[in-house]
Amino acid sequence: MSAVLEIAGLQKTYRSRKGVRRALDGFDMVVESGQVHGFLGPNGSGKTTTLRTLLGLITPNGGRMTLLGREVPEALPEVAGKVGAIVESPQFFGPFSAKDTLSLLADAGGVDQRRVFEVLELVGLRDRAKDRVKTYSLGMKQRLAVASALLKNPQLLILDEPANGLDPGGIREMRTLMRNLAESGMTVLLSSHILGEIQLICDSVTIISAGRRVAAGSVADVLATHASTSVRVRVESDLDMPAAAEALRAAGAEVRLEHDHLMVKNVDKPGLITRTLAARDLYVSELAPVVVDLESVFLELTGTAPVDGQHRQVDQSAMAPGQGAWGQ
Amino acid sequence: MSLFKAESRRLVKRRFTKWLVIGSLVVLAAIAFGVFATNQKVGPEQVAKAQAAAEVDYQAALRQAASDQQQCEAAKGTASASQWPPDCVDMYQPTRENYDYHGYMPSTFDFATTFKVMVATLAAIFALMGFVIGASFVGAEWASGGMMNLLLWRPQRVKVLGTKLGALLVGLTALTAVTLVAWTGFFWLVGKLRGSTAGMTSGAWQSLALTEVRATVLVLAAAALGFGLASIGRHTAMALGVAIGAVILFQFGLVTVLSLAQVKFAEVLLVPYWVAAWMDKSVKLEDWSKCNFSSSQGCEPDTLTITWQISGGVLAAIIVLVVGAAMWTMRSRDVT
Repeated sequence: MSAVLEIAGLQKTYRSRKGVRRALDGFDMVVESGQVHGFLGPNGSGKTTTLRTLLGLITPNGGRMTLLGREVPEALPEVAGKVGAIVESPQFFGPFSAKDTLSLLADAGGVDQRRVFEVLELVGLRDRAKDRVKTYSLGMKQRLAVASALLKNPQLLILDEPANGLDPGGIREMRTLMRNLAESGMTVLLSSHILGEIQLICDSVTIISAGRRVAAGSVADVLATHASTSVRVRVESDLDMPAAAEALRAAGAEVRLEHDHLMVKNVDKPGLITRTLAARDLYVSELAPVVVDLESVFLELTGTAPVDGQHRQVDQSAMAPGQGAWGQ
Repeated sequence: MSLFKAESRRLVKRRFTKWLVIGSLVVLAAIAFGVFATNQKVGPEQVAKAQAAAEVDYQAALRQAASDQQQCEAAKGTASASQWPPDCVDMYQPTRENYDYHGYMPSTFDFATTFKVMVATLAAIFALMGFVIGASFVGAEWASGGMMNLLLWRPQRVKVLGTKLGALLVGLTALTAVTLVAWTGFFWLVGKLRGSTAGMTSGAWQSLALTEVRATVLVLAAAALGFGLASIGRHTAMALGVAIGAVILFQFGLVTVLSLAQVKFAEVLLVPYWVAAWMDKSVKLEDWSKCNFSSSQGCEPDTLTITWQISGGVLAAIIVLVVGAAMWTMRSRDVT
């Protein structure tokens, strides 16, 4: 598989009276051809800045980017016809209809006008095509945005929060659409906060935090690499839990005492738990491996898991190794 | 070419453009109808009527003067003598020249002398329209996010902005040209039916054509200015704000202050003088605060003449500056 999108060492710095803020700090990303690639990160982590920079809307301070094998932004005019994109919330000129909006874009991009009706049909807006966009709901605008990205039948589709505002049926339709597009050979880069969706439809992911890549690879690899397997353990009597925790710690496990159970990490085989506790006349009533999902990996990697009694601010997220806060 | 076609379609499709054009045309139609309705053809009958009316007024004035003189003479040596001149012979005596029949003629439309004023009127209305359309054409695109969408399709910022400006200017040139042709034709008819078209030599037509070209340039310059300002501010309100600010600050505030301070030619800051210089080929400003005495003319004021070349040069410099700044910001600023 060849890479259709490569980013290496991308940097973007914003200067203001308040000081300097590094939106992207040496960010790297690779998206292979034919994949649905998830692009994840907390608010303010640099996702949209990355996409805008990639699409020529923002000038980077450093780094290298290629799209479809061509260096951008230099070759952007040549490759733009093969890259469909929506960035952030859908924005259109309200007084125009969906048909007019797409028709004008088709003219600007030299696309056959017949394609306008095809994509309106595809995103389910055929019957509302002549209504003015300002009468549309957020979900309908989102569908129109996806239609505009699909209009040029791109090789690479970049979608920033495409499920935003969609109803459950719409989310499922969008998921099916992404899969169908990928099966037809289109590469899809999908930025989303709906991690369950990403886990369902993406082949690979990149996770960004504080402007740096903190994880990348296939979904299975990221889960396997970054999720430390935990086991939930209950013993017959809650009164025995402190003694059980002490015994397991003595056997080398990492134990967290919850109010009615123990969370045990760093144990190769669950059998070690039963043997250790039985040797101390403590008997297990429940032994259940905790299944990790992308959401928990994301929260762990980005350091954005909610903490009781604390109000996390948008810029409070974990930094990549080498930046100080994470991984040391 | 496809981008130009798209931008031309976008310009024409916008309801704001349509309503503003229709509104401007309605105002022009009202002016044209007013001129047509308040003028009439002048012939021997109207001349005779005017001469008769002038004669009636002249005779009445003579009678009034004679009566006044009699009262003046009668008042001599009485208490009311102070109300009259000491020598009653010096009292005003009306002459026939004071009651020239031309002043009694009905209003008639002389195409050769009056039509240029009508061209300037059209230019002023269309310039205002062009400024607002130009500002809105790019400002609304920025504000709605349409510009960002377009740049995702055509990631050539200066080319996109230049093509947008080109579509605006070509569209306005076509509209202004067609309207000017209709305007000229209509007032030619007004001249024929409600006045005169005499004096329209080939030289006069040539001069009129050049005036219409200058009118078109004025409209395009206003549109480019509105477009450029809105593009720099990425919002229609930027252009309108600058326009309103300029009117308040320069047209009223600064000129008033400078006039109070008796600064010479403070009116040079007034835009209408520059527009008049452009349309009428020159405008002469006079400063009566100083007396340049000559034995033949008496007191003569200092003068400052703004020619159409100077006015055009200043206009060109402003347009280059604003549109250049718009292109530069388009090229260098991030689209966030």
